[in-house]
Amino acid sequence: MKRPVSPFTRLPLHLVIIFIAFIWLLPSVGLLITSFRGSAEVASSGWWSVFQHPFNFTYFTLENYYQVISRIGMGRAFLNTLYITIPSTIIPILIASLAAYAFAWMDFPGRRFLFVLLVGLLVVPLQMTLIPILRVFNKFGLAGTFPGIWLAHTGYGLPLIIYLLYNFISGLPSELFDSSSIDGAGHLQVFTKIVLPLSIPALASVTIFQFLWVWNDLLVALVYLGGTPDVAPMTVRISALVGSYGQDWELLTAAAFVSMALPLVLFLSLQRYFVRGILAGAVKG
Amino acid sequence: MLNTKKYVPWLYILPAIFLLFFFLVYPSINTIYISFFNFNSEIFVGIENYLYCFTNEIMLNSFKNNALWVILFVPITVFLGLIIAVLLDRVKYESWIKSIIFMPMAISFVGAGVIWKFVYAYRPASAAQTGILNALRMAFQLEPIPWLIIRPWLNNFCLIVVGIWIWTGFCMVILSASYKGIPRELLEAARVDGASEFKVFWQITLPLMKPTLAVVATTMTINVLKIFDIVYVMTNGNYNTEVIANRMYKEMFIFRNYGRASAIAVILLVLIIPMIVINIQRFREQEGIR
Repeated sequence: MKRPVSPFTRLPLHLVIIFIAFIWLLPSVGLLITSFRGSAEVASSGWWSVFQHPFNFTYFTLENYYQVISRIGMGRAFLNTLYITIPSTIIPILIASLAAYAFAWMDFPGRRFLFVLLVGLLVVPLQMTLIPILRVFNKFGLAGTFPGIWLAHTGYGLPLIIYLLYNFISGLPSELFDSSSIDGAGHLQVFTKIVLPLSIPALASVTIFQFLWVWNDLLVALVYLGGTPDVAPMTVRISALVGSYGQDWELLTAAAFVSMALPLVLFLSLQRYFVRGILAGAVKG
Repeated sequence: MLNTKKYVPWLYILPAIFLLFFFLVYPSINTIYISFFNFNSEIFVGIENYLYCFTNEIMLNSFKNNALWVILFVPITVFLGLIIAVLLDRVKYESWIKSIIFMPMAISFVGAGVIWKFVYAYRPASAAQTGILNALRMAFQLEPIPWLIIRPWLNNFCLIVVGIWIWTGFCMVILSASYKGIPRELLEAARVDGASEFKVFWQITLPLMKPTLAVVATTMTINVLKIFDIVYVMTNGNYNTEVIANRMYKEMFIFRNYGRASAIAVILLVLIIPMIVINIQRFREQEGIR
């Protein structure tokens, strides 16, 4: 039962909301527009000046993207990021789903202790682990290699992924498991035929989470891969560009947008799963 | 629980346990150990590295800046997230605006750093301004200012704004879900009884959301204690903007002093431990209900 409200009493509400959204969007709009402007225009006027003649497309160019991708090495860095991110997403989810299933539906000594330990590990700062692991990596030739960083991201991602998957898998109705054990199905069959298919929403959440986390990571890549162009991901490359191309905004903005495009597409199309993951208890950092 | 042979659970859990021990448990213990040794971990130096951390001027400045981050960033993100969540609940185009506010969570801190460095871009008054903030100042006949250089308050605050821009959406999403979980009849009843919107918010909504607010605030505190990327990209800790995590990176990679770097990491951990304890308690409570 809603009282009828005059549209004018709600006007301030709408204005406040639109204002907040405008402020939030403005910085990214500036980045996007600048990345399509020529270097002379960028140096001589602000990006908002394009609105003086919004339909004059001669002011826009793809030159910056061509430059950053071919000449400044963002193309290579994009491939590196992809090459780092895909295994670093798939491996931990495989390992974590097995562990989450065992934590949820099997009994073994130390189960409770191990799980409490896992919850504690959720918030251990990465900084606590960097030096010892880097030393081991150096000893075994894993520093500066893709397998090294795959392993590192797997280790770092596991606590949160196990935790999120556990929350989901332990909430599946227990009748599912009773009937299947009567049928004589083994654990592996229960896991692959029942648990995994039913967990697809949760798996989607953790996949997008881990994917974005690795894609956007700077610290882990800086430490274990370093800045060598043939392995460095986009985040490392861009932070180096900020130093060397500090005033060439048309190049910096194009480089930044190259790194943001895929996450934005994923985010806009799979936002539902992303939000669900966050609501399921995202405390990672 | 399903019946099974004794070794079967370990087949499922051992890969994870092994990796967790190798990448988190063992290195954490090792880091504590080497924090009592010299730069290359050969000579035992006792608490010398810790003494350094608590007497060195740049370190003390980092602690101060991290404290500033906690004091400003945490309340502002949580409060803004809450206000936006409650306001958006009243309009039809809620999901659109939510996507806009939430979007910075999808991009990297490095990308956000570039976006905001451009917002703060500075040129002398004689040149055309390319940063929107200084262009605004010029429009009001004010001198352009180097936002990221004016110390110690303005530049740190400018960095904190970037953090707020990124994380408010996270707070909003969680608080919005919690707000929608409040029974509408409860709020309607209070309104029918003549309570003002303001009163409903402070006396009914807020107390009911307290547990969620606490969760969000602890998460934000942990994030901000570890803040690294934004500072690394935008100022690299220059002009009095140094923070603990960036200092740790410098000690490790630039000065190659593993003893000091480890001591800084341990201090970071000690600052975060109260949050770990809260986390485990929360988990125990959930388990108790289940």
